[in-house]
Amino acid sequence: MRINCPFCGERGNDEFSYLGDASVVRPDASAPDAADAFYAFAYERRNVAGPTQELWYHSAGCHAWLVVTRDTRTHEISDVKPAQDIALERQNSASTTP
Amino acid sequence: MLSSDRYSIFSVLAEALRGQTGWKPAWRKATPKPSYDIVIVGGGGHGLATAYYLAKRYGNANVAVIEKGWIGGGNVGRNTTIVRSNYLLPGNIPFYETSMKLWEGLEQDLNYNAMVSQRGVLNLYHSDAQRDAYARRGNAMRLHGVDSELLDLDAVRAMYPWLNYDNARFPIKGGLIQRRGGTVRHDAVAWGYARGADRLGVDIIENAEVTGFRIENGKIGGVETTRGFIGANKVGLAVAGNSSRVAALAGMMLPIESHVLQAFVSEGIKPFIDGVVTFGAGHFYISQSDKGGLVFGGDIDGYNSYAQRGNLPVVEDVLEGGMALMPRIGRVRLLRSWGGIMDMSMDGSPIIDRTPIEGLYFNGGWCYGGFKATPASGLCFAHLLARDEPHEVAKAYRLDRFRTGHMIDEKGMGNQPNLH
Repeated sequence: MRINCPFCGERGNDEFSYLGDASVVRPDASAPDAADAFYAFAYERRNVAGPTQELWYHSAGCHAWLVVTRDTRTHEISDVKPAQDIALERQNSASTTP
Repeated sequence: MLSSDRYSIFSVLAEALRGQTGWKPAWRKATPKPSYDIVIVGGGGHGLATAYYLAKRYGNANVAVIEKGWIGGGNVGRNTTIVRSNYLLPGNIPFYETSMKLWEGLEQDLNYNAMVSQRGVLNLYHSDAQRDAYARRGNAMRLHGVDSELLDLDAVRAMYPWLNYDNARFPIKGGLIQRRGGTVRHDAVAWGYARGADRLGVDIIENAEVTGFRIENGKIGGVETTRGFIGANKVGLAVAGNSSRVAALAGMMLPIESHVLQAFVSEGIKPFIDGVVTFGAGHFYISQSDKGGLVFGGDIDGYNSYAQRGNLPVVEDVLEGGMALMPRIGRVRLLRSWGGIMDMSMDGSPIIDRTPIEGLYFNGGWCYGGFKATPASGLCFAHLLARDEPHEVAKAYRLDRFRTGHMIDEKGMGNQPNLH
């Protein structure tokens, strides 16, 4: 499995550390259902069989956090983006939503 | 005339005279009935053992085991066949020791040669701190009545004089041995339990994949399969590796991730290593099969996967561990490598419990330790299904323990399953 880092180019997967599902967002600690939300955040997993977005860290390279779209059934990688860009996109779409 | 249904020296001799014409298939190719008392999803070691103990010990043979592929085609045929009960935590030790005791009587119980070989499992230590940690583990085992023995360097040297004792970074200082541990022929476990369950009246239905659950008013009514609907009062899931996918069909999200673990076997060589040895400084474990192949493995790959195959960095890491420990395997050729899908739970320990859906029970989260647990997993799951209460030795394996904080984290890694 090789990951095409947007900053360094294509590298073997042993240069990267894996964190997991990129779709989860840290819940609001002040919400009334925070206890349940944090339980789900910390322990429950979608564990998708198929294409999924995950966080990988280029630990032996540029130290960037990446969002990698990968099929867990085949290990085929269809997209790699800097996690920062995705976070900014999310932030912008959240602030423009009325 | 002697029946060949019970395996013995006499049936072998009788069949020799009869031209081997009297053997019966080890289990029937059952066609699904409209409904059963209990349906077990997953015809691997755990599911078959559950069915066997349900019929044998709990007197309920109105049971079907449904399997998406064929018997022996899943993780029960993809492991490194090691059995042991050298655990540290009170939630785990009694359970795995129950399993060890069941292994010890398995072949007589099943009338099936599962090649149970108590050849000893030796965990090497490489530093003073690791010796102390192993002494603690060994003491915890002995407090629970499990055999363990802390060996010094001379004792290990006497057993395996050819290990690399003078590795500059990881010199071997001794080991913790469980002499009752060893290996078991994994396919024979599946076949033996399948045959045992079948003879007691359990239907084993192969090539039937679950496509959905019928749930009405929060209660299970049966399973939809590729071979039609099968009604059931109770349904037990024993589908480790694919637990999340099957549970999702019932609308549940589990504290489990699927990861790939690779294993390896070398070409057959003459008798070389007569026990199971593990490297304490890296992650490498090895034994030799009766065919002569060296069977070994190491860490999981570390990312979510359903692919049943891994990547080369872990292959390199495992082989480096092997070379650091026993350089003389360097010229042995690798014959095969393969991957199995592990149900990695959030604390590294399994789950055997009810679910929020009435009549639906869950068995999974075995991480990379499911094979050794097969008999006790079956016994405890059968107990839960039959009595609707947890077996004494599996009480800690609750589904809600992550919410309540009663985790059983042998490795102390927390909710990062790729590190367990």
